[in-house]
Amino acid sequence: MYRVLAREDLTPEIHLFRVEAPGVARKAQAGQFVIVRSDEKGERIPLTIADWDEKEGSVTVVFMEVGATTRKLSCVNAGEAILDFVGPLGRPTEIEKFGTVACVAGGFAIATIVPIARAMREAGNRVVSIMGFRTRDLVFWEDRLGSVSDELIVSTDDGSYKRKGLVTEPLKELLQNTRIDRVIAIGPTVMMKFCSLTTKPFHVKTIVSLNPIMVDGTGMCGCCRVSVGEETKFACVDGPDFDGHEVDWDLLMSRQRAYLEEEKEASAFWEAACSGAKNHA
Amino acid sequence: MPKKVNLNRVPIPKQEPAARKKNFSEVALGYGEEEAIEEASRCLQCPKPTCKDGCPVNVDIPEFIEAVRDRNMVEAVRILKGKNSLPGICGRVCPQETQCEERCALAKKGAPVAIGRLERYVADWERAHPELAAKQEVDYVAGGRKVAVVGSGPAGLTCAADLVKMGHEVTIFEALHVAGGVLMYGIPEFRLPKQIVQGEVDYVKSLGVEIKLDHVIGKIATADELLESGYDAVFLAPGAGAPMFLSIPGENLNNVYSANEFLTRTNLMKAYLFPRWDTPVKRGRRVAVFGGGNVAMDASRCALRLGAEEVYVIYRRSKVEMPARLEERENAEEEGVIFRLLTNPKSFMGDEQGRVRAVECYEMELGEPDDSGRRRPIRKPGTEHSIEIDTAIVALGTRPNPIIPSTTEGLELTRWGTIRADEATGRTSRDRIWCGGDMATGAATVISAMGAGKRAAADIDAYLREKR
Repeated sequence: MYRVLAREDLTPEIHLFRVEAPGVARKAQAGQFVIVRSDEKGERIPLTIADWDEKEGSVTVVFMEVGATTRKLSCVNAGEAILDFVGPLGRPTEIEKFGTVACVAGGFAIATIVPIARAMREAGNRVVSIMGFRTRDLVFWEDRLGSVSDELIVSTDDGSYKRKGLVTEPLKELLQNTRIDRVIAIGPTVMMKFCSLTTKPFHVKTIVSLNPIMVDGTGMCGCCRVSVGEETKFACVDGPDFDGHEVDWDLLMSRQRAYLEEEKEASAFWEAACSGAKNHA
Repeated sequence: MPKKVNLNRVPIPKQEPAARKKNFSEVALGYGEEEAIEEASRCLQCPKPTCKDGCPVNVDIPEFIEAVRDRNMVEAVRILKGKNSLPGICGRVCPQETQCEERCALAKKGAPVAIGRLERYVADWERAHPELAAKQEVDYVAGGRKVAVVGSGPAGLTCAADLVKMGHEVTIFEALHVAGGVLMYGIPEFRLPKQIVQGEVDYVKSLGVEIKLDHVIGKIATADELLESGYDAVFLAPGAGAPMFLSIPGENLNNVYSANEFLTRTNLMKAYLFPRWDTPVKRGRRVAVFGGGNVAMDASRCALRLGAEEVYVIYRRSKVEMPARLEERENAEEEGVIFRLLTNPKSFMGDEQGRVRAVECYEMELGEPDDSGRRRPIRKPGTEHSIEIDTAIVALGTRPNPIIPSTTEGLELTRWGTIRADEATGRTSRDRIWCGGDMATGAATVISAMGAGKRAAADIDAYLREKR
């Protein structure tokens, strides 16, 4: 059992858990993930590591409620425990001195790009971060990403806060006006796809963190296979970071939709079970 | 006086095919007491028994069978467990027909003693009579050392149990959330009930073995870090690893599974109980399974139980070359699995939603024997045909998982990427690191992994005693 030391609701649907997992905390690096199972009957799902504290022995994950499993997970309060918390899995993000690095994140992935931006800056890079949200109410961690970036651009799709538009627009301007040596883009698949399309004409290497469906997360099942440069890779052991210009995005998006019907069935089944338990007080 | 030879092997009761193909309950029901005693009475009690030589863990076969015959089940348990910590598992999934039973004196007459069924009977008897079964004595050796075992499958459990009996302190590191490895994620409930596996895991724990779940060695700690943190030896038994695919177009379409994924979802994650359990698996109507081994049989029979109308096993050679156990093949056939032999897939075709809808195949014929000694399948031109399916399961075996080799310096690998280990001892190219099971041999059987675990335990013990 892994105790949730603290919980924060970053938005009504995005939650942060600081989980007691000293072994994972000791080895965690930016870009890696954990596999989490909330309870005995739960699914194994990957969550990217957002932060860790070796001294405290804790690992922080941030997740958005999208299906039955994340909804169940959202019922766990501070002081309670998660049944399984396995990691750190996957290869860490490649960190070295590239020059200027643009860190682009959308939605709940803001949390996962913070340690990457921090590590990039510690490695001597100039870090320009771009964070995008649907609307003003969903903005979080502007200060935190700002504190590990040399420059921060915030945008909302509807223009209710700071710049109006998608993250690809400031990204494009940045590429036109400055020399960017590497781009890291993390967020919803469609956002990573369009970031990669945006950077391609500028020939700037763009690293994306893929999030296919996984089961074991250790290279045993092949559920997370993705096509990168025409080659089949397992995101859990070969990734999750890949060259965004080489990823077959349509395949990834198709595979992410493989269980849509089952997702609905499972959500309906668990809706009742969770509704009473939801108490964030 | 020579004993009268009885060639009437006592059959094992089974669920009827029509009923069992709709449920996940165990197919073979096991002997009752009278059946067990009748079968045990057939054993000739050879003065120089050859059956033992066929057992990778050297079970004292005639001795335990004699105890069964004499209705002394407590003694039968004691003898059996003296050599084998996992008898309920072995009695169900060992290929006895090519091991102990093949060497039984009665095998020549076509009716070897049903050693596996008797082993199962004894193990099940113990489970049913926990109060009567004698507790295994552990010889405590003062100054026992600390050993880390990586993986809790058959090799790891056996090695750990033997080492702890020799007086060492043993911790097993298991990557998944339950112990048992392939016994939990791979072999289906209807062939090996998970309660049986957990019962035997609990037995190993009761001997004093500590099991740490959720620990992926190579990630949370490397083998070297285990040695640095106070373990005197490490036994690597992480299992078969990464699934192989066919390398044909369309293989990444939705509803094309590796057997590992399909079986893991179904067995480990209990997708057959979805949505009460959260993990789903596609319940295909027309399912094609590629391969001819036991895993292909398991996958095809799971697909039937999940509600498939038609399940094909597509195999490129003929029936005689199939690596699956005869018993499993017969079980699959009885349940209605359709074998498409001498057939090989060429490509998968998908629908507009990215799901597999058909597989294009061609026919094969057999040519000269290849490296494996089996006749090489050759493609017959002009035989392309397509089979409509909505689910595909690729059961072609596995290649080694890279996590441990890539994080352990100086560990020599074979040209297949498995860890090089001495067959007799499990020693690797690294001091204080042993390896056994599928990671050393490539995909093999439960019992051969157990044999490797046993040999490694003996060698680790000898090594640690010498060092003391």
